[in-house]
Amino acid sequence: MKRASLLAAAAFFASSIMASAQAAEPLKIGFISTLSGPGAALGIDLVDGFKLGIEHSGGTLGGRAVELITGDDQLKPDVGRQLAERMIQRDKVDLIAGVVFSNVMMAVAKPIFDSKTFMLSLNAGPSDLAGKRCSPYFFNVAWQNDQSHEAMGKHVKDKGYKRVYLMAPNYPAGKDALTGFKRYYSGGEIIGEVYTAINQPDYAAELAQLRAAKPDAVYIFYPGGMGVNFIKQYAQAGLKTEVPLFGPSFSFDETILPATGDAALGVMNTGFWSPDLPNPQNAKFVKAFTAKYSRPPSPFAAQAYDGALLLDSAISAVGGKVSDQDRFRAALRAAKFDSVRGPFAFNNNHFPIQNFYLREVIKDDTGRMTNRLVGTVFARHMDAYHDQCKMK
Amino acid sequence: MTLLLFVEQVLNGLQLGVMLFLMAAGMTLVFGIMGLINLAHGSLYMIGAYVAATVQQATGSFLVGLLVALPVAALVGMAVEMIALRRLYPRDHLDQVLATFGLILFFNELVKIVWGPQAYFMAMPDMLSGSVDIIPGIPYPAYRLAIVATGLAVAILLYLLITRTRIGMLIRAGATNREMVNALGVNVDRLYTIVFGLGAALAALAGIMAGPILALEVGMGESILILTFVVVVIGGIGSVRGAFVAALLVGIADTFGRVLLPPAIAEMTIYILMAAILVWRPQGLFPAHA
Repeated sequence: MKRASLLAAAAFFASSIMASAQAAEPLKIGFISTLSGPGAALGIDLVDGFKLGIEHSGGTLGGRAVELITGDDQLKPDVGRQLAERMIQRDKVDLIAGVVFSNVMMAVAKPIFDSKTFMLSLNAGPSDLAGKRCSPYFFNVAWQNDQSHEAMGKHVKDKGYKRVYLMAPNYPAGKDALTGFKRYYSGGEIIGEVYTAINQPDYAAELAQLRAAKPDAVYIFYPGGMGVNFIKQYAQAGLKTEVPLFGPSFSFDETILPATGDAALGVMNTGFWSPDLPNPQNAKFVKAFTAKYSRPPSPFAAQAYDGALLLDSAISAVGGKVSDQDRFRAALRAAKFDSVRGPFAFNNNHFPIQNFYLREVIKDDTGRMTNRLVGTVFARHMDAYHDQCKMK
Repeated sequence: MTLLLFVEQVLNGLQLGVMLFLMAAGMTLVFGIMGLINLAHGSLYMIGAYVAATVQQATGSFLVGLLVALPVAALVGMAVEMIALRRLYPRDHLDQVLATFGLILFFNELVKIVWGPQAYFMAMPDMLSGSVDIIPGIPYPAYRLAIVATGLAVAILLYLLITRTRIGMLIRAGATNREMVNALGVNVDRLYTIVFGLGAALAALAGIMAGPILALEVGMGESILILTFVVVVIGGIGSVRGAFVAALLVGIADTFGRVLLPPAIAEMTIYILMAAILVWRPQGLFPAHA
């Protein structure tokens, strides 16, 4: 009898030691981002925003120390896929986060979902993963790709513009962008829909055609360097004062504005966030980010920061046991965290239901280019694909 | 397309053409004389633009930026030639492509470390920021006209340099028959370094002039590099005259292709042009080698 109770005590002891060992083991997060080449500015903002989010969660996520295993996908889908496979098989990560570009996202999705690893997209939100190929292992804390464009379609329609000219690069995201715009634009005519070669540096020829078509509004989707080129040349051609230019926040964010100079000043754009959104979490984020990295945060940094806060809330809800996948999924789905963007909830397809805002490019007190909030275009907006997702 | 629009698009084509010419002139000489395929030519374009933008921000003058960046880029080009590329002349083209691709990665990372990953801003010189009515009712940016003028002026200077000076004679001789120039006791090492410096300065000039129109970003040289290769091939390897004609041809063809054709075909216009010309003249329009 005595020996039996001794054994029981020993077993209890051993199990409690093992449990604490498990709690002490850091949470391994595989972080896939684009850190070199022309897309690097976005990827670096994701990493910096995410790290700040961890810092503001007390240096842990849900009480567990974090080991961040960062990988650079170089904006190449095959490299992204190799990274994902290595993180799952060799590093045995607990979950994967990051991914800037949708083409990389589509390549890493299969190995990640097949291995039943959780994936938190901090940026890419391709329609496939929001609709038919939605997955119980996939969450997107940013937006579905079409949504910012849908918001501007509605704004341009509400303003009563009748002759609208559309331009985007000739690749899937460019076509999705203009499709999104057209989904909510009506009451006028699309008098031009022009697709240019991806990474085309000069738009003089297209701008001459645009001027000749006499539109009363122009909508563009040009991310990154293409955006800088287009915006500068649009202003230099004298078009900015003739025909108002509209775009999604991706063409007017804080990674782009330092390079456009005054050419972007005053342009209206739509996105899920603005640096001056009035909520305490956002004020804290913007202040801390600017102080820590000496540059104003971009929307990319904001959504990555939210990603860290979301993980913190979910991991602490399951007491650090992310291996309990059903409970962890339910905790993520609940999204009990204070988002920098105000209201936030997950839809059935694990994409956000959130507001979309109209913003204007301004110069702040220190002369730096940034955006200010003008109004709300969509309140608690759902993406167009959630009906096609079979998850409840 | 109305006549006015047509004229404007011709100007756009010319402007793209002279930029390509500045890039191609240096590349075709290096390829023709040293037999070196230099993928890193676009890096000198990038360095020219970044250095000029930095000096311009410090001094407030575009001209000072230009005058500092040109010699800096030429020196960088010459240093690269002496340190790295000289060893590659006797090697085959595959080795050259690999090594100069390595140089692209090196320069891209270097620019990222020095200037950061975000796109960098270069302002337009105030004097040229307005527009000129080339034909009443068609305002055309003065800066783009200045690019066309500069490009044509450089083409004339280069023509004079190559046809009227001793160094030009050596360059021509080198492009036609390298071994013979060597056998005649010319200091070939020095000639190569000078040619490389000249090519670097021309590429940098293209980059500096593109700066106010474009985003300065890591890898900006690669987008123009492919078009430059097309120009060199169409013009005939080693021929500056060929590069000039081919650059204008490509500039005009690309501009009108983008405007008149559906996007999928427009992106192929210049390659179709290249293929057609190569069928007609496999050596390019003005081959330098006999």
